[in-house]
Amino acid sequence: MSTMTAPAREAVRAADRVAAARRRVSTGETIVQTLAMAWRALKKMRRNPEQFFDVALQPILFTAMFAFIFGGAIAGDVQSYLPLMIPGILAQTVLTTCMATGTQLREDMEKGVFDRFKSLPIARIAPLAGPMVADLLRYTIAATLTFGMGLVMGYRPGGGAGGVLAAVLLAIITGWSLAWVFTWVGTIARSAQAVQSISMMILFPLTFLSNAFVPVETLPGWLAAFVRINPVSHLVTAARDLANSALVSGEVAWTLLACLIVIAIFAPLSVRSYKRHM
Amino acid sequence: MSITKLGRTGGGPASGGGTDLAVRAEGLAKTFGGHRAVDGIDLDVRPGEIFGVLGPNGAGKTTMLRMLATLLQIDAGRAEIFGVDVAGNPHMIRQLVGVTGQYATVDENLTARENLWLFSRLQGIAAPRARRIAVELLGQFDLEEAADRPIAQFSGGMRRRLDLAASLITRPPLIFLDEPTTGLDPRTRGQMWDTIRGLVADGCTVLLTTQYLDEADQLADRVAVIDHGRKVAEGTPDELKTAVGNSALQLVLAEPDEAPTAVEVVRRVLGSDPVLSPEQGRLNVALDQADLAADVLIALRAAGVSISSVSVAKPSLDEVFLALTGHGADGDEEISDTEISDIEISTEENR
Repeated sequence: MSTMTAPAREAVRAADRVAAARRRVSTGETIVQTLAMAWRALKKMRRNPEQFFDVALQPILFTAMFAFIFGGAIAGDVQSYLPLMIPGILAQTVLTTCMATGTQLREDMEKGVFDRFKSLPIARIAPLAGPMVADLLRYTIAATLTFGMGLVMGYRPGGGAGGVLAAVLLAIITGWSLAWVFTWVGTIARSAQAVQSISMMILFPLTFLSNAFVPVETLPGWLAAFVRINPVSHLVTAARDLANSALVSGEVAWTLLACLIVIAIFAPLSVRSYKRHM
Repeated sequence: MSITKLGRTGGGPASGGGTDLAVRAEGLAKTFGGHRAVDGIDLDVRPGEIFGVLGPNGAGKTTMLRMLATLLQIDAGRAEIFGVDVAGNPHMIRQLVGVTGQYATVDENLTARENLWLFSRLQGIAAPRARRIAVELLGQFDLEEAADRPIAQFSGGMRRRLDLAASLITRPPLIFLDEPTTGLDPRTRGQMWDTIRGLVADGCTVLLTTQYLDEADQLADRVAVIDHGRKVAEGTPDELKTAVGNSALQLVLAEPDEAPTAVEVVRRVLGSDPVLSPEQGRLNVALDQADLAADVLIALRAAGVSISSVSVAKPSLDEVFLALTGHGADGDEEISDTEISDIEISTEENR
């Protein structure tokens, strides 16, 4: 700290600063700030690569496991189960990935640096949205590995490369949207562990009470009713149509609509509860 | 004891830019559960001054600062910073105030340079300028060598420096420092003091909290003493010290039973009562002049009171609190007499 004896700098004038101060954050500023936060999250990922374990292992493990366990029972054999299951696994991995968003946000928010983020003149949504932008990378890895593993096991998607890419893209969009639910949980829960257990309770019904692994027709009526309105079912059906037959069905629209509704509800809720926190 | 209000003679720097005070707070209050952490505090901080908020742990200093910095909601009362309402315009306030917390608020996952870069970018500074500012601040705070090391390897002093550097990126006109030197060694503390003086020389206003009377004495133009969420005194450091005597005579009696006699003797010699410490047989005597210590000792000898130890020191925060509130600076274990007297020595040199 060789103090400020150095070059005589222009004096700080409070009156000028007050005159120059803006009352609100503009949209452009919000985007720049969100990207700066995303940069921070990416740096953090690079320095803590163990974060990628779940993203990398789960698709590989689950694809193999589910194919051999359920394949024979549900579809007769593993080969014919793959087109049904891979899009299901895709939805499941993406959901698990976005669950981590909430847990990590909670952990992060307990650190001192969040105090500084709050004291800076930045959009309140930036510290929440930044990590979610960086998480796009994780969704991409998870989705790619799922299809990769499927291909290794003999899955030959009828929709071709274009269909598969579209399915992956849809899954990423859905994951990012649903992540707002977990972000909200992250801002209301008291600890990272609490986020984890609350998220599990949301995640399990969403993934397993869907058509991800079993055909809906085999379910009792009351359960089938829930499965049909579950947004994960729409994602799975849409992804199946895209990957297996390059068909852009109405399910895509339903999925995107569900995403929009989730964002419209949970993004404002998250920001509000983040503001109130601390 | 009543509040010592002081009017600094002369206009001071305030007369320059307009009539706005740097900070004006009225009846500021915050309640956590049923506990009133800040219980109606008025504060006037003039532009260009260093204003010290002195108090023990748990007195409400940090809570007050966090309310002023928009980090906590104001439950009652109102506050303005350079004439801008804190509750009504938080975004403007955040552009005017730099906050350095008690605990380092930098990102552990980034290097020092990356931290400064991130905070610059967040505040809308273009990439090339952000890089330049980072280099400048790293140099100014002696962090060039550590610039690209992870923060996890930083010492406490280095973190504090980086933290302060991060608060200065946009050169805000008002800077809040929450206990800027708690836990720092005396040398680093002295450097921090120089830096804080440099900020004011640049035209900034500084509002700092501290547990150390000596720090307030060294740095602050004016001081408010806070206890249990209330302001118990305000004035220049000199006025505060006069209120408690310029020095304090500490006596430990060989026979604690003789305490009443000793109190009687002190009252006769000085015309005021000494403060009996919680420990048996320990007396604190406020003195206007250190010379009077001899008078007290001679009178005690004449009265046949024997003493096991004697020391004369500048008043510690504890004594200020005893004098102002009638109770000690409780909840404050960190501050020890030895610590104070250590700093006292450097105080003498600096003045």
